[in-house]
Amino acid sequence: MSDGNGFTPVCPLPIQEYPHVLLAHGGGGRLMHQLIDAIASTFASAELARRHDGAALRIGDMRLAFTTDAFVVQPLFFPGGDIGKLAVCGTVNDLAMCGARPLYLSVSFILEEGLSMETLGRVVASMQAAAHEAGVEIVTGDTKVVDRGKGDGIFISTAGIGVIEHDRPVGPEAVRPGDAVLLSGDIGRHGIAIMAVREGLAFETEITSDCAPLAAPVLKLLEAGVEVHCLRDLTRGGLAAALVEIAQTASLHIQLDEAAIPVRPEVQSACELLGIDPLYVANEGRFVAFVPEAEAERALSILQAEPVSADARVIGHVTADGPAGLVTLRTAIGTTRVLDLLSGEQLPRIC
Amino acid sequence: MKFIDEYRDREAALRYARLIAKITTRPWTIMEVCGGQTHAIVRFGIDELLPPGVTLVHGPGCPVCVTPVELIDKAIAIASMPGVIFCSFGDMLRVPGTQGDLFSVKARGGDVRIVYSPLDAVQLAARNPDREVVFFAVGFETTAPANALAVLQAHRMGLKNFSMLVAHVLVPPAMEAILQSPNNRVQGFLAAGHVCTVMGYREYEPIAKKYRVPIVVTGFEPLDLLQGLYMCIRQLEEGRYEVENQYTRSVRRQGNEAAQQHIREVFEIVPRKWRGIGELPQSGLGLRAPYQAYDAERKFGVVAHTAEEASECIAGEVLQGAKKPTECPVFGTRCTPEHPLGAPMVSSEGACAAYYRYRRFTEKQTATP
Repeated sequence: MSDGNGFTPVCPLPIQEYPHVLLAHGGGGRLMHQLIDAIASTFASAELARRHDGAALRIGDMRLAFTTDAFVVQPLFFPGGDIGKLAVCGTVNDLAMCGARPLYLSVSFILEEGLSMETLGRVVASMQAAAHEAGVEIVTGDTKVVDRGKGDGIFISTAGIGVIEHDRPVGPEAVRPGDAVLLSGDIGRHGIAIMAVREGLAFETEITSDCAPLAAPVLKLLEAGVEVHCLRDLTRGGLAAALVEIAQTASLHIQLDEAAIPVRPEVQSACELLGIDPLYVANEGRFVAFVPEAEAERALSILQAEPVSADARVIGHVTADGPAGLVTLRTAIGTTRVLDLLSGEQLPRIC
Repeated sequence: MKFIDEYRDREAALRYARLIAKITTRPWTIMEVCGGQTHAIVRFGIDELLPPGVTLVHGPGCPVCVTPVELIDKAIAIASMPGVIFCSFGDMLRVPGTQGDLFSVKARGGDVRIVYSPLDAVQLAARNPDREVVFFAVGFETTAPANALAVLQAHRMGLKNFSMLVAHVLVPPAMEAILQSPNNRVQGFLAAGHVCTVMGYREYEPIAKKYRVPIVVTGFEPLDLLQGLYMCIRQLEEGRYEVENQYTRSVRRQGNEAAQQHIREVFEIVPRKWRGIGELPQSGLGLRAPYQAYDAERKFGVVAHTAEEASECIAGEVLQGAKKPTECPVFGTRCTPEHPLGAPMVSSEGACAAYYRYRRFTEKQTATP
């Protein structure tokens, strides 16, 4: 079809299919969720269907939280952390987000032939330091070695168990209209720190990862008797992906205020430069907590008393009257937009 | 944050919205040319602040969207060759050709890398003398100077293993093609600030005069866009058709002459096919004869195939501003970022992707069936 001026108003593109796993399947976006859905539905577990950070299990009179995670970060050492610290914090945080006291961790190392013992030693020492800080013990483990070129130095897989010392359900299913959404601090530092070292981007200020264990503030909330409805640490896909998942699972509308979401100037600058949105950038030491509006101020003061969540604030609310399953954002200039999952990872724009 | 926050100030934005409402006496249709502007308009909900009669339509200024499928196929063919390191800006990796995309080539074992500057690709070539390093030179006048510098740098270093797959396009021919179309409804343009930072805006002056259309060079922040719209509507209301510069903090009339000199030295103006639009004469850049050793198409002898057409896709009409993404019958249903029928659904600068990401829940019901 042509209008006689050289224009052909059709777009010659085929339908896109993905016969192979792509990196985008690991980016925290819609493709990753499709992948997880495909795997999880095969396992047919009610716990998996809750789509939470870990499983909450009852064994006799005891409630346990159980979780597992794998770590493949490059480079192994980055400003603010390393793969070992990340592995311990990641698993501790998943347990904490179940409302549990983290207790014991397992660790599996997949090591590539040729890795220096010095590097391995530094990673292991970092894990021990992180475990000590988080109050957990690494009690079992495994090592495997793969041929040179078949690994990336070190891959680490961890699992953890913790004890749930209350009868409160903590998860997306407990979120209620009227809940306040609390964020524990500034966002986007981990993703930008990793990108800066991985891609050799030099910024004027060194951006350090926020990698940290989050059990302490969560336990303080629970011990104080705050009615915590849902907790979620912000990892791949950032704040936006975490909240979209919760809104969809809870089938409720979450309304956010962009001006209330803290982003450090150096992170904001890097994001502007690269054309990416800090709301979707990965974090490793931040979480959101859903509590009833009436409890928000008390919860906030408890969080602000802990170093790791000293910059906590209320960033939004759960409403009954908005579109169910959606997250909307009131922008800096007062208009409204929808936050949605990305397809895969955010990619820097061309110009 | 300095140079960001002041351009996102709510009170100032509302002041401009009120000013625009005050001077607008009838409906106007204005096109923002650049995909970055489209993204900002939808992300910040700029159109929500405009009087009902003012319609914004989106232009062809997304470099990812307008790169023809044949070139994506050539990129995929070259990236799949053993010994090749294929470098691209991130956005291009997701754009489907007829046989998948560059991400799929990577998943199948191809060495496809995201770079942030074409000079990084030159360095990569210097560090890997036994490999062929190919850079996918995509973009408008904005990215052309750096790409020209990369060729000059490779030339100076005597690199034999560096080349470029060139897909450069130029803005003014696309604007003229839109204005010449019998379906045209564009009455005023917001010209792309980044392009004008390089090229200036002298070449827009004859277009404004010939087609009696106001053109306002505009930046990318909410206040830039609102001020640009105010300036454009004021011209329309007063019956003027001039080129005005809103983006004075970055753009001069003559542009960046050193950058233009680099472009002229390395590239020449050639006919170029635009994805979803067709071939436009004198609308692209190709390597000049002295630098054709750096032309990846020649070096690897890849042949273009005729691409299959997704006849449901109305990307061509979207790119010309004839239709909005939500007017497409398959928007958000059979065409999504995971399964795109058209490139504007792929790139983060694409109009369809911007609407899908920010608007599909609020505007779907208004879509034409």
